[in-house]
Amino acid sequence: MNDNEILDKVSTIIRDITGDDDAVLTHESSAEDVQNWDSMNHISIIVAIEQSFGIKFRMAELEDAKNIGAMIDLIKSQL
Amino acid sequence: MKWFDYLPCDENIGATINNLKSLPADQMWPELNIIAKTRLDFTNTIKLDRAISLADKSNVKTIRLAILASATVAHLIPGIRVAGARHGLYLEVFCHDYGMALQNLTDPTSPLHAFQPDVVLISWTTEQLLGTRISDLDLHVPDALVNGALAELQLVRDLARSAFNCPIIQQTLLPIAPLLMGNNEHHLPGSPLTIVDTINNALKISSLQENFDLLNLNLPVMDYGIASWFDPGLWYKGKQEISPLATPFYGELVLRLIKAQYGLSYKCLVLDLDNTLWGGVIGDDGLDGIKLGQGSPVGEAHLAFQRYILNLSRRGVILAVCSKNDEKNALEPFEQHNEMVLKREHIAHFIANWNDKASNLRFIAQELNIGIDSLVFVDDNPFERNQVRSELPQVAVPELPVDPAYYASCLSSGGYFEAIAITNDDLARTQQYQANAIRISEQKAIGNIDDYLSSLAMVLEWSAFDDQSLTRVTQLINKTNQFNLTTQRLSMDEVEFFAGNPETVTLQMRLLDKYGDNGIISIIIANASPDSTLTIHTWLMSCRVLGRGVENASLGLLIAAAKQRGISRLVGEYLPTEKNGMVAEHYKKLGFSEIEPNNPPAGTTWELDISNFLEPSHHITLKQIPQS
Repeated sequence: MNDNEILDKVSTIIRDITGDDDAVLTHESSAEDVQNWDSMNHISIIVAIEQSFGIKFRMAELEDAKNIGAMIDLIKSQL
Repeated sequence: MKWFDYLPCDENIGATINNLKSLPADQMWPELNIIAKTRLDFTNTIKLDRAISLADKSNVKTIRLAILASATVAHLIPGIRVAGARHGLYLEVFCHDYGMALQNLTDPTSPLHAFQPDVVLISWTTEQLLGTRISDLDLHVPDALVNGALAELQLVRDLARSAFNCPIIQQTLLPIAPLLMGNNEHHLPGSPLTIVDTINNALKISSLQENFDLLNLNLPVMDYGIASWFDPGLWYKGKQEISPLATPFYGELVLRLIKAQYGLSYKCLVLDLDNTLWGGVIGDDGLDGIKLGQGSPVGEAHLAFQRYILNLSRRGVILAVCSKNDEKNALEPFEQHNEMVLKREHIAHFIANWNDKASNLRFIAQELNIGIDSLVFVDDNPFERNQVRSELPQVAVPELPVDPAYYASCLSSGGYFEAIAITNDDLARTQQYQANAIRISEQKAIGNIDDYLSSLAMVLEWSAFDDQSLTRVTQLINKTNQFNLTTQRLSMDEVEFFAGNPETVTLQMRLLDKYGDNGIISIIIANASPDSTLTIHTWLMSCRVLGRGVENASLGLLIAAAKQRGISRLVGEYLPTEKNGMVAEHYKKLGFSEIEPNNPPAGTTWELDISNFLEPSHHITLKQIPQS
């Protein structure tokens, strides 16, 4: 799975959870760029990504992931 | 076990939910209701919940639910609302600000009081009730902590009851603590897990005395595992004790309780017959061909399913039958098949015809004077299930697995017949069961084996082989190794030959006792010869009924059969194998004398002169049943 495919899948999850259907996401996007990406939805997004990719993030690495690009790197490291 | 595996799957669920948004608001609810009856993970639950917010709900029964919680529970709301849509209810859900439960309860101007709930759900976390207080704890005397926690919950319930006078649901504590000891954790009263147990047990007892209903999470935790419910990482990140992955099912559990509180639980179980209550098709396979009962794994699975259904009926669930069959064929097993647990009298309404099932279900609801939305329809056939789902979406139709071994667990996991209280009728039945249980334990205390055996009220139903039993008889002949005197294996044709031969005595025996039916447990084949001898060709018995005196009773039957033919002498043989050593002394114990062996060197041969023989005693009532 290449970066763009992962980005697509992650974007769909984020739109599904937040309901922000118009959100256009890039590697540089972060929570501020999406409506309703609050702390509760953040956890839902993490869990949905874990479920969808069949992975499990480590808490410490997630704390350091500041944008979607960093999150995609974390996903790739486990695929 | 997977979440919602009793619901059907929509392969394109994402697109189905997206399409909802293009509908006008006043057409959305019926579609929502249908989609909510498919398998939804938590992402799709969140999506569907958003559609619920958009839908026009003015014609939908609304229930106002307040969640009083010690931690973050806003993430529970989509699961609850979607479960509401699944059950045709709109749930308006209130959550107070973090840590403000008591303030909301005690302040009449609070948002909670403004909300005026119809139902209150109390969800306290194990972490907060125990976690931070545990370090001061004496591991041997946790009473102060336990009593404090129970008092805190009691206070919340009391305040809620006096403020709103509405049904209260109290969630049990999740058993999330790591073990200090292990299997014998209960020896340490102050271990966190033991404390959770103690509190949960105390809540069970309170719920019987005080007016509230328990949301007992221990049960789904057994099914899905604590790791599916609680993720410590998510607790540290966001103070969510219930994992988002579990929230759709949590919502479903809450809705089942609310429906029960409002008297909206399903009431009637409508059953298909062929391949649902028994294996095979009665119209094609006939009474002898259908699989039901001991002897085939499929037959046993269907039998177990029938037992589960019978227990549901005893608890108060109405049973009906809806089958595509000629009525005569459909009734035949109920009236004539010995292994049927369900009898015609258990079925409140019985329909067997060739009409479509949705029409028949409408008719059943009408005849029983109950709503169509109180029917649960169980059918192995996906075609029939889908026809009913599309014609009558208000009927619950569990997605039965292919294998009948899992029918009962599928029906159970649907939670259709959730009940919160036991009616007076149920109570009377419960008392009868309790009296039974006492009787059984008294019998166990009886030391004397004769008294015990006579207390079992054993009945041996016997007959010659008949068409219906040929399959089971042949199976027993070919698989019984231990209590088997000659280990003669026979084909079905050979068994049938013996059954039809006038010179052969055949006996099949079924043992019933006060605990139930043990099925066919013993078989004898004996051949009469002109020299006034009855030679025992086969004598076998299931080891399940060893020590009950069945052999003595069987000998009585054999002697009676011999006397009827004017025969005065029985001859039996023991042919040793690696497995049948237990019956080496069988004939000796019954009073036979050893004679010259027919099959030296291994075999032994025995004879019994029955003219003046005193039959061995036993505690079994003999009952001849007519051959079918």
